[in-house]
Amino acid sequence: MAPALALIGLFLVFPALWTIYLGMTDYRLTGLQAVDPSFVGLDNYGRILGDPAFWRSLRLTLVFVLVSGIIGQSLLGFAIAWALRRLTGWLKSLIETLVLAAWVIPASVSSFLWIALLDRRGGTLNEILGTEGTAWLIEHPMAAIIIFNVWVGTAFSMLLFSSALAAVPPSQLESARMAGAGGWQQLRDVVIPNIRGHILTNTLLITLWTFNTFTPYLVTAGGPNGASEILAVYIYNTAIPGGQLGVGAAISLIMLLINLVIALGYLRVGRARQAKPADATAAETAGGVVKPS
Amino acid sequence: MVTRRRILTATLASVTTLSLVAACGSGEGEGEGDGGAVTLTITANAISGGKNAAEADWIRDWVIPEFEAAQAEAGNDVTVEFLEEGVDDEDYKTKIALDLQSGEGADIIGIDGIWVGEFAEAGYIAPLSEVGGDAVESWEGWDQMSEAVQSAMSFEDQRYGVPQGADGRVLYYNKELFAQAGLPEDWQPTSWDEVLEAARSLSSLDGVVPIQLNAGTAMGEATTMQGLLPVLAGTGQEVYSEGMWNGDTQGLRDALGLYATIYGEELGDPILQQEAAGRDNSFAQFAAGEIGILLEGDYFWRSVINPDESIGTAPMANRDEVVGYTLIPAQSPGSGVEGRDFVSMGGGTGRVLNPNSEHPELAWELLAFMNSAEAYTERVAGTVSITPRDDVNAEVLASDPMLTFVSENVLPINSYRPGLAEYPQVSVALQEATAAVVDGTSPEDAAAAYEEALIGIVGEENVAAGS
Repeated sequence: MAPALALIGLFLVFPALWTIYLGMTDYRLTGLQAVDPSFVGLDNYGRILGDPAFWRSLRLTLVFVLVSGIIGQSLLGFAIAWALRRLTGWLKSLIETLVLAAWVIPASVSSFLWIALLDRRGGTLNEILGTEGTAWLIEHPMAAIIIFNVWVGTAFSMLLFSSALAAVPPSQLESARMAGAGGWQQLRDVVIPNIRGHILTNTLLITLWTFNTFTPYLVTAGGPNGASEILAVYIYNTAIPGGQLGVGAAISLIMLLINLVIALGYLRVGRARQAKPADATAAETAGGVVKPS
Repeated sequence: MVTRRRILTATLASVTTLSLVAACGSGEGEGEGDGGAVTLTITANAISGGKNAAEADWIRDWVIPEFEAAQAEAGNDVTVEFLEEGVDDEDYKTKIALDLQSGEGADIIGIDGIWVGEFAEAGYIAPLSEVGGDAVESWEGWDQMSEAVQSAMSFEDQRYGVPQGADGRVLYYNKELFAQAGLPEDWQPTSWDEVLEAARSLSSLDGVVPIQLNAGTAMGEATTMQGLLPVLAGTGQEVYSEGMWNGDTQGLRDALGLYATIYGEELGDPILQQEAAGRDNSFAQFAAGEIGILLEGDYFWRSVINPDESIGTAPMANRDEVVGYTLIPAQSPGSGVEGRDFVSMGGGTGRVLNPNSEHPELAWELLAFMNSAEAYTERVAGTVSITPRDDVNAEVLASDPMLTFVSENVLPINSYRPGLAEYPQVSVALQEATAAVVDGTSPEDAAAAYEEALIGIVGEENVAAGS
């Protein structure tokens, strides 16, 4: 117990406290404040909350999480898992390998591939579409990093849902089919109630990862002029190239708090679900299956 | 899975922070070899086959072997390593600052003169004589370098580094495109209007961007130095004068107005300003004959479009015939800073000693060696540049008419950036103002927003009352 606590203290509590302290100073990477930072209290927070760039970044992050994470990765991952559930043999392996490949390629490599694809001069996409000179990464930066992130991260949802689908009792599906339920009805009334826990876990993880991801920096660097500057990138740009380490720490703390809120929210939903366990699901299932449509 | 992702992200972050780890790693623990063997390291934003290739080749192929041989002759076992970089100046600066902050870094570091103030205030670098010892003050090289040249690497009247040269800015133009548009090959505009007229004529040519005036934050200091500041100097306004910063002035509104005209009339390519590699792309486009007029420093002539393919990053085989250069006109004759008809900005890079060096005196020996007349003669043998040393300039400049032109006509009209620690932040605010104008904001609004940003950086008491 004691060593574990010491480790947590060293690697979790201390950095967190240190971040809180730094966030209340005007510490900078260079200049006088680098040697002799002074305590500025909550000034940084006032500045951040009054800065339109922060609110824009927060808004972009929410769009990014919602579209690329929750909708894109989860839905696409589920759709692939659903489509592949009865496939076997080489085709299934092929598709799974392709999706997984996007996940296992190092991000520095895959981001380079995407830049090469979308580049304004001689980019592959422009060659294919015959739209020479279109600067995709500048004209549609958010769309670019959203699609990029869906491409990178779908594999996780696919794997998770594949195993979840395999655990749906075949007997329930069988009786649903006997009762005349179509594919959509089976999905809605049998499968989803059975994998609700997986959906919750998957959404929680995807939300947190997408919220915190830094990889889009490698594709657009937050540009042009901040148009794709999601929070993690905004912090980096403020703290390191911008040199404002104190302000960066303050935004980090805000981001940490948002993370906590998200996690607590999901946990609450999870607990409410556990409070009235299996019978609720079973009832829904039963009710659903017999319901004619 | 969670940890896996986290580790991946963390690794990435460090990889993107520019191979920081690698650079730190090689800086440490190599100094104390066995039997008195000593290792010194040099770093610069120069790389063979890429950015500033001539400097990189010179360090690797001449400085290092010659210095090692000289030391070996004196009975010292010295090894010199060169850590090459070839990235954007902003990224390089971040890496150097992080190196120095953590007490690491190469023994000799190439930096831009404009970083000296903020690095010195942070204690990352120290006056040369404090680091290198008495030998610094008695060095013969100082007598060969003018005050103006030395000031590029000084802060509060103390020398922090040895300057690497002097430079100036001009307008480059493509004579072939000018001929096609019916413009004179020997072009000498005397006002902004004449530049704009030429650009409008060029806009009749297909696939040609008439003028490239750097804007936006993606180009970093290149936007300020090869864009807004020379334009601003042409209005007679400076960013900093008489101990105060200038905010929303008529001069700034006029300068931003020029941006509004160029990008509003589509005489420039607004997208190029936002590309991550916009500046390099502008070089490539000029070299390919797709840009008519470009405001750049002499660096562009000697290191970018240099016909020698091992030196130029966008070599132009017919550079000497096709590329013209002319002084940057003030807004109108006589309207420039100090009543000048033509303006330019002077910068300057140099090399500092790392205060964390384990062998500071030997490092100074190496730095002095790199700045000896012999070393500079060798440095400019393949590609002439204006050196900081008068004795070398007198011998070598005559062989290159462009650099003679810069030395004789441009250097005397140079304005300089304020050597203050806040300047780099102010510079970013200036870049943001140009970005806003290119994006469609009115010059008045952008200038007002700049003043607000300026007050946030330097404090209200340091900003001159509005004009």
